[in-house]
Amino acid sequence: MNNILVLPMLLPIVVGVLLIFLRTYGRIQAWISIAAMVVTAGTSIYLLHTVQADGILRLDFGGWEPPFGILFVADSFSVLLVLTASIVTAVCLSYALISTSKELQTMYFYPTVLFLAAGVNGSFLTGDLFNLFVCFEVMLLSSYVLLTLGNSKRQLREAIKYVSINIVSSWFFLVALAYLYGTLGTLNMAHAAERVAEVGQTPLLTTISLVFLVVFSLKAGLLLYFWLPGSYSSPPIVTSALFGALLTKVGVYALFRIFSLIFYHQPEITHTIIGIMAGLTLIGGSLGAIAFNDIRSIAAYNVVIAVGFMLVGLAIATPEAIEGSIYYLIHDMVAKALLFLLVGTMITLSGSSKMAGMSGLMKNYPLLGWSFFIAMLSLAGIPPLSGFIGKVLISSAAIDSGSYVLLALALLSSIFVLYSLLRIFKNCFWGETIVSKEEQLPLRRGVLLPCLALVVLTIGIGLGVEGLSLYVTDAAETLLNPSTYINAVLGIIQ
Amino acid sequence: MNINDVILKTVSKGAVLIILTFGIYLFLSGHNQPGGGFIGGLVIASAFVLMFLSYDSETVSDALPIDFKKLSAFGVLLAMLSGIAPMFFGGAFLAQSFGYFNLPIFGKTELATVTVFEAGIALTVVGVVVNIILSISEDE
Repeated sequence: MNNILVLPMLLPIVVGVLLIFLRTYGRIQAWISIAAMVVTAGTSIYLLHTVQADGILRLDFGGWEPPFGILFVADSFSVLLVLTASIVTAVCLSYALISTSKELQTMYFYPTVLFLAAGVNGSFLTGDLFNLFVCFEVMLLSSYVLLTLGNSKRQLREAIKYVSINIVSSWFFLVALAYLYGTLGTLNMAHAAERVAEVGQTPLLTTISLVFLVVFSLKAGLLLYFWLPGSYSSPPIVTSALFGALLTKVGVYALFRIFSLIFYHQPEITHTIIGIMAGLTLIGGSLGAIAFNDIRSIAAYNVVIAVGFMLVGLAIATPEAIEGSIYYLIHDMVAKALLFLLVGTMITLSGSSKMAGMSGLMKNYPLLGWSFFIAMLSLAGIPPLSGFIGKVLISSAAIDSGSYVLLALALLSSIFVLYSLLRIFKNCFWGETIVSKEEQLPLRRGVLLPCLALVVLTIGIGLGVEGLSLYVTDAAETLLNPSTYINAVLGIIQ
Repeated sequence: MNINDVILKTVSKGAVLIILTFGIYLFLSGHNQPGGGFIGGLVIASAFVLMFLSYDSETVSDALPIDFKKLSAFGVLLAMLSGIAPMFFGGAFLAQSFGYFNLPIFGKTELATVTVFEAGIALTVVGVVVNIILSISEDE
């Protein structure tokens, strides 16, 4: 029992509820919520070290022992993601503090972001499938609110699509849970994993796993990403950054957890399908990324490519590939938030989201330009930035396991990422400056600070891989040895 | 629009009382028998909605000066605090306890901390439901 485990979910909720009483104080709300997320990040660093020292931690809510009660489980994988998500949320909140309009700030923006963070952290930490559903819903309900805040016609149109697709997928999730409960009689992840291992993964169970695959693919944007570019490119920029950085990653996390802990006995079916879906996602995302002239759509399609890339790692499922995916997951949260924030800043400055509407921004805003340059290199996987290590590990694992098609698609997609972003860089930052020095909008003071923090983070992750590798190796080992997780959850109460 | 709805108003005066009593009964019996904070909250909320329907919302708002948004936030806070409290007594998050007490009128009564949690849920449900109805009715 370790009550600190619940803090990454509890703290944002409690602070978010308190902020509802401070509705009219926009700036105070922002500072309090940033502080809450920083404390959450600190807690997860502490948890990360405790996990290394004491093994996997668990907290049985209300003292109900598994498999009867619900519980939170912290292993290196989930805590690493909680840590990254909390840091990224804190940075996005500080961007909101500097840039967001007054109306948005008093419309419960900060409480909703905190509830979103609570849902995301809860999904990472929970050890119970139904609780995972609940945490998903907490996250999705907050995302519905965030998506519609701002009151523009386009947002409403995209929100209707987003809400309907998510309600359908949540319904599928419930159906899959019912099937699983009907077959196994348990929804505790470790208990379900144990039972699947005992009875063998029968065709029925494999089918149920495919229903889960559909659900999480919808949430993660794996192949079923048709809803994603529209809804990620319509809301205010902070919201897009949060969505791009966090939401799809929760789906990816769920896929990793389910298909490494519970349904890993028939990889020739499940993992092959995941591999095919990942490959198609890479192709579709790459085509989307070069097809548009709207820079927000390009950024949104980059989210899709990254999802495909991470799941190539799961499809290969060797220790090296899983490690690569975890590195890439952490990198992508940081880099996507950075990309969306930079793109948003560019749109605010030039008043247009079309590439044709901006040119020569480099002359007026050099810092912005170079930040974008670094973000681009990082996403394309140029060393020593954070995207590199994940790409190298996944590629070398693909070579080792002979998955040459996936390898080719993964590497080609990196070139497409580079090309799509280079196109933005060339058209928007280089060339003749349209706006003269006198007419240019001044960059609001401090607006680049959050972006610079993320730039430092992406360089830091790239250079500090050595320090991170201890945790990532442990995370990959736990994912590939389900018995460690099962024993920690179903073992004797500490 | 001033329709003569004496019958509706008279009936709802009695009905609201019955519904509220039933709601509180459901809420209190919750943790051992069918009922609980969620259902009790829904029933109590339906009493409020009936009042808003039969009288106009200004009259009810004057009689019940409650901000239902804040009420639901307070409910969540209460439920959370009842979960946090056991953490300071060496228990797990959300741990509950109960005991039997001899109260003056009720005699031997079971008092459980889960009631506080349920109260939080009931307040949240009341706040959310009434808030939804009010925001729909305010839109013309």
